Amino acid sequence: MNTFFLCIAIGLCLLMALPLVRCLFGPTVLDRLIGVNAIGSKTVVLLLLIGVLYERVDMFVDIALAYAFLNFVAVIAASRYFHKRKGLYEESFMD
Amino acid sequence: MNILVILCLVIGFLFSLGGAVGIIRMPDFYSRLHPAGKLDTLGIFAMVMGLALYNLTHFSFESLLLSVKMFLIVFFVFMSSPTATHSIVDSGMRAGLRPWTKKKGKE
Repeated sequence: MNTFFLCIAIGLCLLMALPLVRCLFGPTVLDRLIGVNAIGSKTVVLLLLIGVLYERVDMFVDIALAYAFLNFVAVIAASRYFHKRKGLYEESFMD
Repeated sequence: MNILVILCLVIGFLFSLGGAVGIIRMPDFYSRLHPAGKLDTLGIFAMVMGLALYNLTHFSFESLLLSVKMFLIVFFVFMSSPTATHSIVDSGMRAGLRPWTKKKGKE
């Protein structure tokens, strides 16, 4: 069973590369924000899997909860920050 | 019990894979938010529920408490992930980002 959990964890790590590509080459700032949100939501599951593998779930469950909360606050704060930049993306949008 | 855990984890992994591929392949900012908002939430739900079931294999008070905490993580993600997605969409609309349409003039 531990081998299966390890395989799922490695698969999640490989899966994080796809939103990372969107983070690096996103046309607008908000695309990068989507990528960061997707990576953070996968990290929550990855932390729980690490806790199961190390048999310290009681510690890692709190870390995962704190990480989910921090991810949410970061996305909310960044999107509120970009509220007032009207017309910032006009030149980067492909017509 | 183990078969149920494996099934939950594989289903969650497949949903996460679909979300990641959708974030890469979609043509537009607004359509990219669709896999990012929905599929990731369902993937987290299935995977964390599978881990909570695996945690309940040796039943005791501590493992029950840990499973309840995992369920609280899922509950929080179910509330926070659509809120974050809506906030990103709102920011994009206010910044004047136009949705992607078929270009009829250039044909």
